[in-house]
Amino acid sequence: MTQVETGSSSIAAMGNSTFPRLLQQHALARPQGAALREKEYGIWQTVTWSSLKTQVETLAAGLKSRGFERGQHLALVGENRPRLYAMMIAVQTLGGVPVPLYQDAVAQEMVFVFQNAEIAFAMVEDQEQVDKLLEISPQCAQIAHIIYDDPRGLRNYDDDRMLSFEALLEAGKQYMAQHPGFFDAQLQQSSPEEAAAMFYTSGTTGNPKGVIHTHRNLITMSRVASEMEGLGPNEEVLAYLPMAWIGQNIFSYSQWLVTGFTVNCPESSETVSSDMREVGPTYYFAPPRVLEALLTQVTIRMEDAAPFKRKLYQYFMDVARSVGGRLLDGEATVSLLDRVKYKLGSWIIYGPLRNSLGMSKIRVAYTAGEAIGPDLFVFYRSLGINLKQLYGSTETAVFVCVQPNGQVKADTVGPPVKGVELRISESGEVLIRSPGLLREYYKNAVATAEVKDAEGWYHTGDAGYFDNDGHLKIIDRAKDVGKLSSGSMFAPKYIENKLKFFPYIKEVVAFGDQRNEVMAFINIDFEACGNWAEKRNVGYAGYVDLAGRNEVIDLIRECIEQCNADLANDPVMSASQITRFLVLHKELDADDGEMTRTRKVRRGAIAEKYGVLIDALYTGKDKCFIDTQVKFEDGRTGSVSADLKIVNTKTFSTVKAAA
Amino acid sequence: MSQHEKGIGDVILDVKNISLRFGGVNALSDISFNVREHEIRAIIGPNGAGKSSMLNCINGVYIPQEGSITFRGQTFSHMNSRQVAVMGVARTFQNLALFKGMNVIDNIMSGRNLKMKSNIFQQAIRIGPAAREEAEHRAVVENIIDFLEIQAHRKTPVGRLPYGLQKRVDLGRALAMEPQVLLLDEPMAGMNVEEKQDMSRFVLDVNDEFGTTIVLIEHDMSVVMDISDRVVVLDYGKKIGDGTPSEVRNNQDVINAYLGTSH
Repeated sequence: MTQVETGSSSIAAMGNSTFPRLLQQHALARPQGAALREKEYGIWQTVTWSSLKTQVETLAAGLKSRGFERGQHLALVGENRPRLYAMMIAVQTLGGVPVPLYQDAVAQEMVFVFQNAEIAFAMVEDQEQVDKLLEISPQCAQIAHIIYDDPRGLRNYDDDRMLSFEALLEAGKQYMAQHPGFFDAQLQQSSPEEAAAMFYTSGTTGNPKGVIHTHRNLITMSRVASEMEGLGPNEEVLAYLPMAWIGQNIFSYSQWLVTGFTVNCPESSETVSSDMREVGPTYYFAPPRVLEALLTQVTIRMEDAAPFKRKLYQYFMDVARSVGGRLLDGEATVSLLDRVKYKLGSWIIYGPLRNSLGMSKIRVAYTAGEAIGPDLFVFYRSLGINLKQLYGSTETAVFVCVQPNGQVKADTVGPPVKGVELRISESGEVLIRSPGLLREYYKNAVATAEVKDAEGWYHTGDAGYFDNDGHLKIIDRAKDVGKLSSGSMFAPKYIENKLKFFPYIKEVVAFGDQRNEVMAFINIDFEACGNWAEKRNVGYAGYVDLAGRNEVIDLIRECIEQCNADLANDPVMSASQITRFLVLHKELDADDGEMTRTRKVRRGAIAEKYGVLIDALYTGKDKCFIDTQVKFEDGRTGSVSADLKIVNTKTFSTVKAAA
Repeated sequence: MSQHEKGIGDVILDVKNISLRFGGVNALSDISFNVREHEIRAIIGPNGAGKSSMLNCINGVYIPQEGSITFRGQTFSHMNSRQVAVMGVARTFQNLALFKGMNVIDNIMSGRNLKMKSNIFQQAIRIGPAAREEAEHRAVVENIIDFLEIQAHRKTPVGRLPYGLQKRVDLGRALAMEPQVLLLDEPMAGMNVEEKQDMSRFVLDVNDEFGTTIVLIEHDMSVVMDISDRVVVLDYGKKIGDGTPSEVRNNQDVINAYLGTSH
């Protein structure tokens, strides 16, 4: 099960540059071209490549005059702003390492990073961030220079460490006058093997870790992906995600400097959607939750529309769902009639809709980060928006797998990109060897050794496998994956996610580790099931009653059987089809210790609390009585009891693998 | 930063012996106080104390029967609201007087009315100077939009905005006049705690960034005590207290007026 993409001879040459040098090239090639745009005072203000170059030079000189040394760190805290971008290049020119931080973090969360990276220099966006740094400065005594972009509200601050952006530029001009040729000398010294940036990963356990990437890492992966998608200097990108996230850095910094396209900074976080309409990005990234929020908006507005419009929308969306994705993949089998219908729909519905979403010009759009529901994914693709999934992480400089055009599937993340080697370990974990792997965790050799083995394989902690087309499919975190007694892999979260995409199912707990079959607890979605029941004149008294209605149980069974049919198509997961299930009489709740506060199922606690039910499932009973203690929101406790029906579901035989 | 370090200047507005009667009702009797340049001056008092009437007198909406108002050394016994506006006094309203059907830009732009030199016909066909002038005014408006952080609502009809944002637009329109003195009539009425904090910050920022002198009426004592430099207390049309927030807080008359006593 090893997949190796070759072509690494040219890969080495690809990363042979540094970000400051790339800037020089663009300033030479297209001095008057737009490098950055920022909407200010209602107008998009452009920064050209040549003016950016001048600004970066002056900034670098300014930093130098304040005593910035090679290898030092500079923290960047703020939204995407052209001046913060310029600062990043200036720091890299001096051989320093920019450390972008989340601008919405509270002050105390920043303490660790400032202490860990011994940060003396910081560039921040505005008063809010200045206040945070001043608040933590007693704990981080080494903070010596706070450079701020927006002076508003800071007039009466009296602190030697503070310095306005303009003052720094002024200092830079003086320094340059005294040290002509300083910038070129610095540029000469910059090397692709130097650290280019450090990103702190949100540590779910323990402290965050600083991931160090070299110029070569970031530039190679950016170039590989840009070439794959054919990105050129004419792309428009909207930079709206936090700078501290490596994805934002790759999409609108690394790839920006590699290809020379234009990055647009929205006016404020509230204006992103209208700014997006105005800019019309051609290259776009959105995590599933953003896409979902947009779809919800569209759905709500369509429900409020006049009946005729609503009908029109429904009709053409059905057309789009059946043929839109196939047309996008360039399939030849779409009938002429369907093509005409889609064209018409494009004119009446899809075009205006894409336009109001600001997605008219998108050539390439990515989504990643969490599992995306097939309906959501298909919605965008059927509109003719080339949305694709990718797989990667901070440690791998984002690009590991990308779905190539024309081979997009809702449930895989695509084959590895050029230069990346992928291997699945004995235990099912995804291992990666790539030119984009982190150099190391900052001051944490132990953690580095844990994830990067002697042969250079990076252990992702994700469990996955390749499908018949060589696409990687990520199923779960490796530590949650178990085995059925038959020896087949059992990935509970994969099955649970699959079921949760059905609107009627809110939560699922799948059991199967060390057992012969997979069985599940289901939580219905009260609202969706309630609506469904009302439309069919099925009366119910409340949650417990609704969850126990035969009609609802049948509905859930149909969902599960549909899911089973889907699993049967997949030789690896086929054994994980759900054979029996029950619908729980109460919602799983964090107050009762059944879920975490972030709404993740606590498998252990549930198995303990509902042991009787699990026994009943596996011993073949057809119903089971349960009485459960519940905590109400006002703190009182009570009990809910019900006689739960246990239902068998149809399973399907495995479809023979083609390969 | 202490409030006293910001360089409060000379008296800019001096109100002397103002009495205002509506028939037999004495709305204001013999009120005198002054406002210094750059300060935030609060007028407080229970309901019906005459706070809004006082503001209306300064503003030229009501003409007091007795007394005079001196603004920048010029004394007036009565003047109309347009004259007051030309002199550089702007105000916001307790019950929002915005054009609900117009968008945020147009509402704030209406505050530029006095500064526009070209006439209505030139503006209608946007010939030469009128077009340039409009661009200049729009630049001022955009500055205010940026200042008040309402970029996301530029093109939204004001009637569709939540109340707290409408209040901000109202403030924006007053700022568009580039006033020297800003009269704020209960800028925080009906707001939740968070909106009040935002508004307080804007009031302080206006005072600080533009150096605008601010006279405000406010009910929320904590806000008044936090942001104002000096406070006038009215009760039943009479002045019962005047001084810094801490002085006023300890004034027995003021305590009686607020906590109730037999009259």
